[in-house]
Amino acid sequence: MRVPLSWLRTFVPQLTASAEEVAEALLRAGLEVEQVHRYGEDVTGVVVGRVLDVELLEGHKKPIRYCHVDVGAAVHEVVCGATNFAVGDLVPFAVPGASLPGGFEIATRKTYGRISDGMICSEAELGMADDSAGILVLPEGSPLGADVVALLQLRDEVLDIAVTPDRGYTLSVRGVAREAATAFGVPFEDPALLPVPAADGGYEVRLDDPGCDRYVARTITGFDPAVPSPAWLQRRLVLAGMRPISLAVDVTNHVMLELGQPLHAFDLATLQGPVVVRRARAGERLATLDGQDRALHPGDLVITDDSGPVALAGVMGGAATEISDTTTTILLESAHFEPSSVTRTARRHRLPSEASKRFERGVDHDLAPAAAEAAVRLLVELGGATAGPVSDVDQRTPRPQLRLPVGKPGQVAGRTYEPAVVRRRLVEVGCQVEGDGVLLVTPPSWRPDLTGAAELVEEVIRLEGYDTVPVALPTAPAGRGLTESQRLRRTASRALAAAGLVEVVTPPFVGEPLVDGLGLSGHAPPRLLNPLSEEEALLRPALLPGLLTALLRNVGRGLPDVALYETGSVFRGAGEPAAEVPKTSQRPSDEQLAALDAALPAQPRHAGLVLAGRRAQVGEAVEALVVTGRALGLELTVQRGQEAPYHPGRCAVLLLDGEPVGTAGELHPRVVTRLGLPARTVAGEVDLDRLVAAAAARGPVPAPVVSSYPPSSVDVALVVADEVLAGDVERSLRAGAGELLEAMGLFDVFTGPQVGEGRKSLAYALRFRAPDRTLTDAEVLAARDAAVARAAADHGAVLRGT
Amino acid sequence: MSAPDYDPKQVALLDPAQLEAARDAGLAAFAAATGLDELALAKTAHLGGNAPVSLANREIGVLPPAAKGEAGRRVNQVRRTLDTAFEQRKAELEDERDARVLVEERVDVSLLPGTVPQGSRHPLTTIQERIADVFVAMGWEVAEGPEVEHEWFNFDALNMPADHPAREMQDTLWLAPEGSQVVLRTQTSPVQIRSLLARGLPCYVVAPGRVFRNDALDATHSPVFGQVEGLCVDEGITMAHLRGTLEAYAEAMFGSHLASRLRPSYFPFTEPSAELDIQCFACRGEAELQPCRVCSNEGWIEVGGCGMVNPAVLVACGVDPERYSGFAFGMGLDRTLMFRHGITDIRDLYEGDQRFTLAFGTEA
Repeated sequence: MRVPLSWLRTFVPQLTASAEEVAEALLRAGLEVEQVHRYGEDVTGVVVGRVLDVELLEGHKKPIRYCHVDVGAAVHEVVCGATNFAVGDLVPFAVPGASLPGGFEIATRKTYGRISDGMICSEAELGMADDSAGILVLPEGSPLGADVVALLQLRDEVLDIAVTPDRGYTLSVRGVAREAATAFGVPFEDPALLPVPAADGGYEVRLDDPGCDRYVARTITGFDPAVPSPAWLQRRLVLAGMRPISLAVDVTNHVMLELGQPLHAFDLATLQGPVVVRRARAGERLATLDGQDRALHPGDLVITDDSGPVALAGVMGGAATEISDTTTTILLESAHFEPSSVTRTARRHRLPSEASKRFERGVDHDLAPAAAEAAVRLLVELGGATAGPVSDVDQRTPRPQLRLPVGKPGQVAGRTYEPAVVRRRLVEVGCQVEGDGVLLVTPPSWRPDLTGAAELVEEVIRLEGYDTVPVALPTAPAGRGLTESQRLRRTASRALAAAGLVEVVTPPFVGEPLVDGLGLSGHAPPRLLNPLSEEEALLRPALLPGLLTALLRNVGRGLPDVALYETGSVFRGAGEPAAEVPKTSQRPSDEQLAALDAALPAQPRHAGLVLAGRRAQVGEAVEALVVTGRALGLELTVQRGQEAPYHPGRCAVLLLDGEPVGTAGELHPRVVTRLGLPARTVAGEVDLDRLVAAAAARGPVPAPVVSSYPPSSVDVALVVADEVLAGDVERSLRAGAGELLEAMGLFDVFTGPQVGEGRKSLAYALRFRAPDRTLTDAEVLAARDAAVARAAADHGAVLRGT
Repeated sequence: MSAPDYDPKQVALLDPAQLEAARDAGLAAFAAATGLDELALAKTAHLGGNAPVSLANREIGVLPPAAKGEAGRRVNQVRRTLDTAFEQRKAELEDERDARVLVEERVDVSLLPGTVPQGSRHPLTTIQERIADVFVAMGWEVAEGPEVEHEWFNFDALNMPADHPAREMQDTLWLAPEGSQVVLRTQTSPVQIRSLLARGLPCYVVAPGRVFRNDALDATHSPVFGQVEGLCVDEGITMAHLRGTLEAYAEAMFGSHLASRLRPSYFPFTEPSAELDIQCFACRGEAELQPCRVCSNEGWIEVGGCGMVNPAVLVACGVDPERYSGFAFGMGLDRTLMFRHGITDIRDLYEGDQRFTLAFGTEA
């Protein structure tokens, strides 16, 4: 809402504060003043001039006009690039020496081969608007040579306020003025307090739906459609951010901006029969003012006549009954529509309007007659019209009184407010307050948001100032610290970083081609109904797509060695919508809560990584995950796998207690080519939730026995077939060696003619030690032989050199 | 006993002058040795079996008994002098050799093998841990909730029924198909509901996490961003406790030197509601003196929303609002990070450029 300060001041005549002070005070009161715009401050030397002649200069890329402009004291020649004015029009003319916003000085100059001795100005050039389509043509009758700044009241300040959903009343100058008056403790003169003529058998109106409970219809005759809006009226609309259109429309907009009541003007001559407010019927259509022909929904509240719908109630009028430049009789609608009905219709038709914005937030329930009267007065005064009969169908129900214990605001704030202060603040808001002890409060008609004690409490605390609320720390009971899972997730994150990986946080949106290309569509990624982009309409079923996208970005930025990791939720499958969404008037049952959770997809946390460049080796990816498992106290075993999107010969499956928990490997060459990835890119991903759950369930680690007896070391070289995994051989050796084996490491892998075609030699250093004695050579050899025998039995391993 | 054979040359060695000459020659040879090899040769010459001092020693036996004592003392003194000189010189030469070898063995200690690859953690991760730790230290616990959430938790239970205009304040991303009831959570506030339902009372929790809006990505907006939710529900909780907690938070995140303020605002799930502003760290509210790009001359930076839990929310969670009251807050992590670290483009947080994360180490 843009509120010109000059307009606001007319209702708060004693307000002397500057625009900044007003903005600051309103901010303190909870109105989000985003900006203070200033207009006309730096404009001098612009006067009213009349265009005497126009000559079109040929041979230029755009139309260039050469004109003479009479400013009374002199006639200036001027070159102008705008074309929206005609000979005889009155225009704002900047004479040489004038200055325009931004310190722009006007001087005589030569351009397009002519002398340009001044400038014809647009609204934007005068600082009246952010942009404008052409020259500002002034109303006929503006005195020649008059100072345009004074004439148009160019000097003004506008408060730009972001209106929260609870404060619909501040979508009006009236509402903001009331807050300003309260903030400065000065009187407020309510523009809605004006005598209203009683209903006297005006146009027939019927309300057939509770979505409308008040409808005032005023008949206006003898309206002169040729009369333009006066400059002050146009100026106010422009400052408030609306375009002047015609007197009748401008008047309804002016009243809406001033009081907050949206009005609609029908061309009375086009209406057939009584006005009936009802829901739309199946198959009904309406061509709205914006030129769209709309199929109506049975939930849409519509204004109808005998011909059918003529307006979407509270949203937009129909084209057929619109005011035109020949309209002389008007039916003016000033009604109250139920907020949620308007919300639904505006959303359904994607038609947010100035009117719907106000009705959605709740329009003053008592305002309809006064707003209609204010508009009629202007139409009579400015448009030469005659006020006709009045109809007023009123089906409002009285608002209940609210009960507020007078000590409640203090109880919420953590301080005390004098009962007199509580009463005064509520009265300033517009409430009627009775009783003491427990106050009986009738909120004002313009505050539909005040529905309970909590809202009344807020009014008192906010008007007294949040800065008067004391500061204290609550005493929480002794906490249990982080949960085991939370600590373990931190551990995993640190382990991945310690493995030389750089964490990234990628958006969870992915496209179908990437998901398909990585062979992940089997995980059934959920689809968004209204994605940011149709190219990325799925939620990630794995971390890999986001990591690869980030990898490509790094490579694209000239980084050859990339090592990234991410931890986060992935999304798989779809839930079953709950049969009913629980009410909020009580705690849902456990069954209802379970049904809500059953509507969600699976969303386990994963940890993933990608490597390109120097470290792009399968072992690096597998090791980073194994090391992360160890940081959590888990031993992941590595098996050969054949999972998408990996190279079938270079894919590992990671197992925890025999169950697969992740994969790693080199990406399939075809995937690498299709995605344009660096050759031999490797990746890996594990189900972090499962690792963390297993680690959390393990309980305290039993301490090892650290023997101080001397160790005995033996090396063995085993020859196995190529396809045998070193990891499997190692497991067999361990199992065979028994408890005396303290440590084991692979120190050489050898292939060559000496070991035979299709075979490899794996050399291990074994360290044996007993907890309670020095081992004899015989014991060590026996253990070694047992280890080798086990490897031989499991994998056909042959001790090299035998 | 007859007198022994007498070798005049050898006997001459026992002459004091001769002995002194032999001693001086030895001392000079040791001193002149420039290496351990030369010193070894000198040792053979001056302390070896055929060295003058050794020969002299051997001849003592042929002296008359009365002369033996005197001659023996003289020879031994010379020998000791030479031994000492030799050992000294040897130590000197060994030191020299060692020093030379160590110098020759020097390496370029700035030459790093690069076998320990550098990793780092994202500031959005570490700031969540930092905030959690601040609250855990106050006795709070860390709560969690799903990123894909049921609308009942994200809206209804937070006092935002289906047609509430507040639903329009946030551009919500819905899951297909129409009627799925499921959204990408637009705020961390649904964790309030889950915490109240699951944990019982009193309830002191923070919940850092990611939230999602249908907002195009630009320098200051992201469709994905971090938030931290706080919820305290207990008997006798007041707005003063909200202020106190937020001040503790602000001090932990921004330091004690910056002022904070609460500005009335609106959220359906709190009443009263407020925005928390922190004094701009760059201009400290003195933008009038010098234009400030960080806060656009506002002097304040909006870091989040808060308020007293709306009784309607407590009722939806089965909490008696007559007995219990509480406060809640939701702070933007991205903005906090941007201000803490001077990040000017929010896209840096989500593009995954490893140069960005690397700068933060693992515990930024």
